[in-house]
Amino acid sequence: MHEAAPIPAWVALAYLASGVLFILALRGLSSPESSRAGNRFGMLGMLIAVVTTLVTHEVASLVEILAAIAIGGGIGFITARRIAMTAMPQLVAAFHSLVGLAAVLVAAAAYLNPGAFGITDAAGILLPVSRVEMGLGVAIGAITFSGSVIAFLKLNGNMSGAPIMLPARHVINLGTLAAIVGLVAYFYFVPAPRVDTPWLFWTVTGLAFLIGFLLIIPIGGADMPVVVSMLNSYSGWAAAAMGFTLGNTAMIITGALVGSSGAILSYIMCRAMNRSFISVIAGGFGAASGGDAAAAATDRPWKRGSAEDAAFLMKQAEKVIIVPGYGMAVAQAQHVLREMADMLKEEGVQVKFAIHPVAGRMPGHMNVLLAEANVPYDEVFELEDINSEFGQADIAFVIGANDVTNPAAKTDKSSPIYGMPILDVANAKTVLFVKRSMGGVGYAGVDNDVFYMDNTMMLLSDAKKMCEDIVKSLD
Amino acid sequence: MDFISILSIFVMACFVGYYVVWSVTPALHTPLMSVTNAISSVIIVGALIAAAAGSTAGGEAAKWLGLVGIALASVNIFGGFAVTERMLAMYKKKERK
Repeated sequence: MHEAAPIPAWVALAYLASGVLFILALRGLSSPESSRAGNRFGMLGMLIAVVTTLVTHEVASLVEILAAIAIGGGIGFITARRIAMTAMPQLVAAFHSLVGLAAVLVAAAAYLNPGAFGITDAAGILLPVSRVEMGLGVAIGAITFSGSVIAFLKLNGNMSGAPIMLPARHVINLGTLAAIVGLVAYFYFVPAPRVDTPWLFWTVTGLAFLIGFLLIIPIGGADMPVVVSMLNSYSGWAAAAMGFTLGNTAMIITGALVGSSGAILSYIMCRAMNRSFISVIAGGFGAASGGDAAAAATDRPWKRGSAEDAAFLMKQAEKVIIVPGYGMAVAQAQHVLREMADMLKEEGVQVKFAIHPVAGRMPGHMNVLLAEANVPYDEVFELEDINSEFGQADIAFVIGANDVTNPAAKTDKSSPIYGMPILDVANAKTVLFVKRSMGGVGYAGVDNDVFYMDNTMMLLSDAKKMCEDIVKSLD
Repeated sequence: MDFISILSIFVMACFVGYYVVWSVTPALHTPLMSVTNAISSVIIVGALIAAAAGSTAGGEAAKWLGLVGIALASVNIFGGFAVTERMLAMYKKKERK
C-alpha cells in the first residue's frame, strides 16, 4: 500500500500541468492556424501524465507495460495513417468504444485490488465514496462501450442503419437504468461489498453493457451525428468518474472537458435538426413515415438535365454555391468535385461551398472531406454565414444532400422536419440537384419540393460519375 | 485530496470546457472529436497503476485488466493524436497568387 503516503506536491503539479495542456489543445481548435500547435500540447500533456504515473509508482512489471503500450500504440498509429477520410465517423465510434472499455477495465481492476489505488480504509474495505465513483465509472464506461460498438456497426454498414424497435423499449430502458442507479446506491451502504455482495459490481457492469446496446439500436443512421457526439460526451464522464476514484486532477479536468465538448456538439446537432435531445434518444426517427411521401412523388412533373447542360449553365454563371451532403461522402466525390470547382474558377466563376451542420454522419464531416480534397477552408461557409447569399447566386449545386435543402421545413407544419433550419437553395436562379434516382427520399422520408420547381434541373446519376462527366464537358 | 476539492476542480473544469468548446470553429468539429477521444484516454493512468502494482495481494487479475486497459488506451492515444494531426494538416488557406 505505497499509495497511502500523501502525494508529493510536484506530482500534483505535474498532473495539473497536463490538465492545462489538454485545455490548450482544445483552445487551439478555435482556428485552423493554431490547431496543430494545440494538438502538440495535447500530446505533451499525455506524455507528462504517463511518465508521472510510472515514476511515482513502484513498477513491478515495466516490460509488460511497455509491451502493452507498444502493441496498442502500433495498432492505433497504423490505423490512423491508413484510414480513409470518409470512414472517419466509424473510426471515431470505434475509438469511443475503446475509451469505454478501458474505463470498465480500470474500474474492475480498482475493485479487485483497491489497495493499489489507495481507496481502502484501515481494515482494507473499499471506501463508500469510492464505490459510488467506481460504480458510476464502470456503468458509464460500459454504456459507452456497447453503445459505440452498435454505432460503429451502423456507420460501417455491418448493421442496417434503420432503427430497430423493440416493443415496450422505453419501459425496459428506464427499468434497466433505474436498476443500475439503485444498485450503485446499495453498493454505498453494504458494509463489506467484496464479501457481502460479490455479485453487485458485476451485475452493474452487465446491466450497463445491456443498456448501452438497447439505447442505440432504435436510433436511425441519420441521427448518428447526435449519437456519436453523445458517446463522445459519455467517454469523458467515464474518465472523470475514474478521476474522482483516483483523486487525479488530469483525469478530472480531461473528463470535464470531453464531457462538455460532447454535450455541446450534441446540442448543436439537435438544434440543427430542430429536434429535442430526448426525441433523438427515444429513437425511431424516419422509420414509419417513408411510404406515402414516396408514393406521392412519382406523378409530379420535373426536369432532367445532362452533365453537358450543367457544365454549360455553370460556365455562364457568375456565382455558384455548392451544397455537399452525405451522398458526396458515400460516392467519394469530393476530389472530382474540387476539380470541377477549380475549372469553374478558371472560367472566372465565383465558387463557394455551403455546409449544413448535420450534413454527413458526424459534426464537421463535410469540412474534413473538402479539406482532404484541397478545398481551401476560406471558401467553405457555415449555414448562417452563407444562407443570405443564395438569392444572388446563379447556381446552387446540390450534391448528395436532400433534407437540409427542403423548404417543407419552413412551410409544412405536419412535416417531420418542420422547423429545421435549411439552406435556401430554392432562392438561387437555377438549382442543379445531383441525386441517384427520383425514387429515393432523404432520411426523413419526406418529399422535397425543390425537385419540382421550374428552375430546378435534376442530374440523376452517382455523384462522382456526374462530377466526372461535368469536368469532361467543361474541358 | 478530499472530495470537496476534487469536486471544485471538476465543476470549474466543466465551465472551462463549456467556453473553450463554444470557441471551436464548426469546420474543426471532427478533429475536435478525435482529439477529445485521444485525451480522454488519460484514463491510461488508472490502468498503469493497476498494472504497476503487479501480482501483490490478489492483484494478479487486476494487473492483467490493467495491461489490457493500457493497450486499449494506447490505441486511442496514438491513433487519436495521429489522425487529428493528419486531418489538421489538410486544412489549407487559399494560395494567394
